[in-house]
Amino acid sequence: MGSLKIENVKKSFGPVDVLKGIDLDVKDGEFVVFVGPSGCGKSTLLRIIAGLEDATSGDVLIDGQRVTNAPPSKRGIAMVFQTYALYPHLTVRDNMSLGLKQAGTPTAEIDQRIAASSAMLSLEPYLKRRPAELSGGQRQRVAIGRALVREPKLFLFDEPLSNLDAALRVNTRLEIAQLHHRLKATMVYVTHDQVEAMTLADRIVVLNAGRIEQVGAPMELYNKPANLFVAGFIGSPKMNFIDGARLGETAKTVGVRPEHILVSDKAGAWKGTVIHAEHLGADTNVFLETEKAGLITIRLFGEYQTGPGATLYATPDAARTYRFDADGKAMG
Amino acid sequence: MSKAATSLPRTIGAHAVLLTYTLIALFPVVVIVVNSFKSRNAIFRSPLSLPTAETFDLIGYKTVMAQGDFIQYFQNSLTVTVASLFFVLLFGAMAAFALSEYRFKGNTMMGLYLALGIMIPIRLGTVAILQLMVASGLVNTLTALVLVYTAQGLPLAVFILSEFMKQVSDDLKNAGRIDGLSEYRIFFRLVLPLVRPAMATVAVFTMIPIWNDLWFPLILAPSEATKTVTLGAQVFIGQFVTNWNAVLAALSLAILPVLILYFFFSRQLIRGITSGAVK
Repeated sequence: MGSLKIENVKKSFGPVDVLKGIDLDVKDGEFVVFVGPSGCGKSTLLRIIAGLEDATSGDVLIDGQRVTNAPPSKRGIAMVFQTYALYPHLTVRDNMSLGLKQAGTPTAEIDQRIAASSAMLSLEPYLKRRPAELSGGQRQRVAIGRALVREPKLFLFDEPLSNLDAALRVNTRLEIAQLHHRLKATMVYVTHDQVEAMTLADRIVVLNAGRIEQVGAPMELYNKPANLFVAGFIGSPKMNFIDGARLGETAKTVGVRPEHILVSDKAGAWKGTVIHAEHLGADTNVFLETEKAGLITIRLFGEYQTGPGATLYATPDAARTYRFDADGKAMG
Repeated sequence: MSKAATSLPRTIGAHAVLLTYTLIALFPVVVIVVNSFKSRNAIFRSPLSLPTAETFDLIGYKTVMAQGDFIQYFQNSLTVTVASLFFVLLFGAMAAFALSEYRFKGNTMMGLYLALGIMIPIRLGTVAILQLMVASGLVNTLTALVLVYTAQGLPLAVFILSEFMKQVSDDLKNAGRIDGLSEYRIFFRLVLPLVRPAMATVAVFTMIPIWNDLWFPLILAPSEATKTVTLGAQVFIGQFVTNWNAVLAALSLAILPVLILYFFFSRQLIRGITSGAVK
């Protein structure tokens, strides 16, 4: 249906460079997630793709066509917003049909498309209601439905789950994933939540300070982070970074994920004292102040009985230790 | 609301203050209305007493109806007020939308420039305005008044409305753009309905000074055909003799149309003033 190509897109707001040259290829039918901390430029990039913001320089191609100067409605896109952005004075049906009416689609086809997408999202009972009469989850489904009826080449999602509560977020995430399987449509999704990124994406684009840090499949980013930023951003709890000099390594920084550390109360590489333990049931997070490596976080699966003051020995999994040079780049 | 905020002594105290203020504010209005129904002697003998069977007299209203063309004056006032109000709201809202929505060079400066009129009274420019109107042949037309009042009302309208329009969700406007709505339709169909309370607030604040104004009608449009109510009432105020019955009756009548317009806007107005404060 639609591929997306971004060529050297730059964006400045006055003296502030928000995007410093972004190149990206999204294949037809791919689900790509932009992830990064707030202020990294991911939303700006999405808005440039949508045409809601002009790029300072660079080009956007949708389905091989240069759309850099096309208005949003002519780009063949649909967008789902964080705040739902439903028209408050229109019913659900009118919310969904407005864009099609505007484009001059015949009424019969509008009705048929609305019927199809409202069935897909189980919105039929609500078609006559106004947004104010719907719950948050239903509103977001209407917003997705409004995108669906446009049958766009490209779906854009701007943090669509951020305004939902935790339980609903998991459900809607699942719905979006199913939608992608069913429609095989190209989707670009922006989030600051790495769990959403990992669970939904075919490919993740990690952005930081206006640059792409790394592009890759979720497991690729997890297993082979290109640099310190990606290593720290992907994975929860965060990867432990230890000064290489303390461990007698040549690398500037040594990284090891909390789940790749073995723990024993008898012997191990790093001896330390427990500062705090978080018992989550499925896993236990232990914060250990070690003599050799400083404060590290350890994630243990299942329940583990320990508490502040206890002495533990930690041993990192040597095969899963990452080394970074002085510039923060991954070594070897 | 919490219990402490609605305790009895507090409620009584708050109401006492508000009632006192209401009494002070309404007193002159009541005196005018009450005395407009009294005979001339009764007005001066006991200005504060209510009309009795003996002192009740509609002479004031009769004079007003008989002399001059008061219906015409009312029409003039209403035309000027409604037309000015329409233009203030339309242009004020459009300017506010541009200032709050679009990034362009000098945006802030333009906003400040437009707001400057709040602090500088338009009457300072009376001589220049008069020269302008004479030069363009608009003296003694209602157009002159509408133009001046539109200019007078715009600064406050732009200032208040642009604050409110900044609060309208960007996502909503962007959703409209993606659905292919023009900027005009986004403005008229999406944004204006959402700032309706603010529009009502601006309408009331704009309307009352226009209706009550004596200065510009006196200077720009004093002819018989273009007189407004406030100017018409001056007929009865003479250098040596003032027909108080007629003046009071004319003023009482002049209150009515604004009162009606106010009721029309007030429901929205209260929402406008409290929005933000009360969620």
